[in-house]
Amino acid sequence: MNRFAELLTALAFQPQRNGKLRLLTDYFRTVRDPDRGYALAGITGGLRFVHAKPALIRGLVEARIDPVLFDLSYDYVGDLAETVALIWPRRHGANIPPSLGEIVETLATLGKAELPRRLEVWLDALDADGRLALIKLITGGLRVGVSARLAKTAVAAIKDVDPNEIEELWPALTPPYLDLFAWLDGRAEKPTAKARAVFRPVMLAHAIEEEDWPRLDPADFIAEWKWDGIRVQAVSEGGVQRLYSRTGEDVGSAFPDVIDALTDEVVVDGELLVMRNGEAASFNELQQRLNRKGVTAKMLEGYPAGIRAYDLLMLDGEDLRGRPFIERRARLEKFITERKPARLDLSPVVPFATWADLAAHRGRPPSPAVEGIMLKRKVSPYLPGRVKGEWWKWKHDPHLVDAVLMYAQRGHGKRSSYYSDYTFGVWKGEELVPVGKAYFGFTDEELVRIDRFVRAHTTNKFGPVLEVTHDRKTGLVFEVAFEGLARSSRHKSGVAMRFPRINRLRWDKPPGEADTIETLERMLPSPQIG
Amino acid sequence: MPGMDLRWSYYSAHMATALLEPKPGGLYCADGDFFVDPVRPVKRAVITHGHSDHARAGHTAVLATAETLAIMNVRCGPNFAGSTQAARYGETVSFGATKVTLRPAGHILGSAQAVVERGGERIVVSGDYKRRRDPTCARFEPVEADVFITEATFGLPVFCHPPDTQEIAKLMHSVAVFPERAHLVGAYSLGKAQRVIALLREAGYDAPIYLHGAMVALCALYERFGVKLGALVPVDEVKDKNFAGRIVVAPPSALGDRWTRRLGDHVNSFASGWMRIRARARQQGVELPLIISDHADWEELTATVNELRPRELWVTHGQEDALVHYAKSIGVPARPLSLKGYDDTGEGEPEMPSQAGLFPVNGNGNGSTNGR
Repeated sequence: MNRFAELLTALAFQPQRNGKLRLLTDYFRTVRDPDRGYALAGITGGLRFVHAKPALIRGLVEARIDPVLFDLSYDYVGDLAETVALIWPRRHGANIPPSLGEIVETLATLGKAELPRRLEVWLDALDADGRLALIKLITGGLRVGVSARLAKTAVAAIKDVDPNEIEELWPALTPPYLDLFAWLDGRAEKPTAKARAVFRPVMLAHAIEEEDWPRLDPADFIAEWKWDGIRVQAVSEGGVQRLYSRTGEDVGSAFPDVIDALTDEVVVDGELLVMRNGEAASFNELQQRLNRKGVTAKMLEGYPAGIRAYDLLMLDGEDLRGRPFIERRARLEKFITERKPARLDLSPVVPFATWADLAAHRGRPPSPAVEGIMLKRKVSPYLPGRVKGEWWKWKHDPHLVDAVLMYAQRGHGKRSSYYSDYTFGVWKGEELVPVGKAYFGFTDEELVRIDRFVRAHTTNKFGPVLEVTHDRKTGLVFEVAFEGLARSSRHKSGVAMRFPRINRLRWDKPPGEADTIETLERMLPSPQIG
Repeated sequence: MPGMDLRWSYYSAHMATALLEPKPGGLYCADGDFFVDPVRPVKRAVITHGHSDHARAGHTAVLATAETLAIMNVRCGPNFAGSTQAARYGETVSFGATKVTLRPAGHILGSAQAVVERGGERIVVSGDYKRRRDPTCARFEPVEADVFITEATFGLPVFCHPPDTQEIAKLMHSVAVFPERAHLVGAYSLGKAQRVIALLREAGYDAPIYLHGAMVALCALYERFGVKLGALVPVDEVKDKNFAGRIVVAPPSALGDRWTRRLGDHVNSFASGWMRIRARARQQGVELPLIISDHADWEELTATVNELRPRELWVTHGQEDALVHYAKSIGVPARPLSLKGYDDTGEGEPEMPSQAGLFPVNGNGNGSTNGR
């Protein structure tokens, strides 16, 4: 457990994706079975046991320590789990530290009455990081800050196999994944994906650039609308239905309405949207359905979800991925017109002869839920990953506003000596209100210049955050690009940006001429009555 | 607490003049006419150790260990005091009827407890101290006392410093996992830096260790006093400017500073007792916190109080409340002693603007240790 805790601690302080990947791979390479398998399950959300309440932990520590000292400490540290982990007065003569495997396997069978005593023994044997990891694990608060995809990528690096191979196997595997690691260590054959309703790694598109157009022949492509929802893969095989995100995470539990509607033997690639009478709603409405613990009947009724289909990967046991897109598309159209599946409709193609035609269509999208156009080569098979030249996405131009730099924070790694993370605001009357944060979109040369500006114009310091001069005359104006805007009660300005980045530096523009909150409010989608 | 206050009044009233009393300038002995670690220039000063909040320039006469005097010479220049007197550990110096003996405090090279005695009454000023082993300085020596004056930098039970070997192993593991990045270890330039280097050597790390300019003279001083630090190279003398896989030691104020740009991609590490608290480490952009402290942790503080069982415990800079509460709970009268001018947040080297000159890390960043 101490080694797992050490990994969690290192991950918690490691800001870079590649750094996290390296730490994970090192862990999976060097730690033995079954611990590493349970660690993988813990990170990918695959551990199931009855959780203890934080009050139980607090009770245990209070029985051992002077309440005045505990309160002073809790007050100082600020986090209950961390306080308990640090303050825990160990009784001497504790056992050797329990392994992660021992803890997980014990918890699976332990009776509720035995839990407190067992916890005490473990806490006595572990060090502070180990105790923190145990408390988080046992109270269900283990948030690692690592996606399941990243963990699988790290595991794949043991043998240098494509992470998609792990994704394909994944639904057939169970913790502690002994067969998976045996294969990756070269001790056994590759496990077979015998399970039903597995994830097929998805095909992704490249953003089209100006220089790409001359090389492409309109006659080779089919165009369709790109919908602004969540790209999903709906799988229904042998009575098992699953809904995967494009990274292979199972998102089905939040969408029982969509799952229940999957009755055919089919694998469909499409866009998950809130749909009312065949009309797609905005991304903001779909967000109401995301990141919720339970799905209420009211949610299901107010924000009904469905899939707008782009592609057909399997039908009635036949794998279509090797077939050209034009054939898969024909099969998809036939499937939908003949069987009329519920909560599943067809993303229509956009007819065009020239790129100019297509540009005209792009300028007049049929729905506010369209975020651009997809171009797919007629002959392309369905290939995993971002294969160059087969699929292209041609998004809408982003929204642009001029905002004023208000606060800056240092970046990480190569940027740790640069103020590279910026909070910017727009005018609300005579004051600026923060509307977003961005940390990319500028060149290294521009970063050096902004960094110099920040250091020369610091007016205040709040821990790691510097406040930068921002009055009507002096300050730095950013042209900020973003994909969408939503109402937000968590932000003082009342709005939150989607995917904001710095588009241009406006050294020439006085802050007084930056945009106002009214401009942003006009960009908000009109509220819909659920 | 009434009980404690009675004892305190009893003690003060009982003595003709108190042996040591808190004054705005520091702890003052009227009979011997000297201060311990005064925060402003005085006629006669007893200095416990070389950290800048304890060892200030400008006193007329200074009594300290030879190591501490050498450190003050390096940091403040040769004219740091009118006259100096070096005392060996255990050697007694008389100021009138008052006797002062320096005993090892285990904090940094040359650090001492000041044992102040007169007529059968003894006060021990521990200065900053720790109880665990440190290859760069003499080990703390417990001295029985009527009044024991303890620090309380880490005076909360959440502070239990792990074994330093474990933290050094963490650093070496990270160097192995990220061989293409440099490892920048923030460590106070006096004491912590040399201890980290010595611990790396004990762990078998024998590659050269790279130094920020602010460390060079003090590392040389440690070597002169017999502390082996192995091959050390100032960062500015590295021709290829390639620090991948190398360990660089710099003052904490250099972390995130423009000075670090010469290191290329690097892992930010910080060796400090404060790294125990995650939020503290995160606020400073630390990727690899190393919990290594030169101050006593809660177990060391409480074990020392238990071992010495002084008639009274006075608690200075740090988290006084918890330690005072603890002492009273085991029947040792205790009170916080509010002394102004000492750093109660860090390890003797606060990152204050007034000290910026000591660490010329901005821009040219290759300066000597002698800022002033």
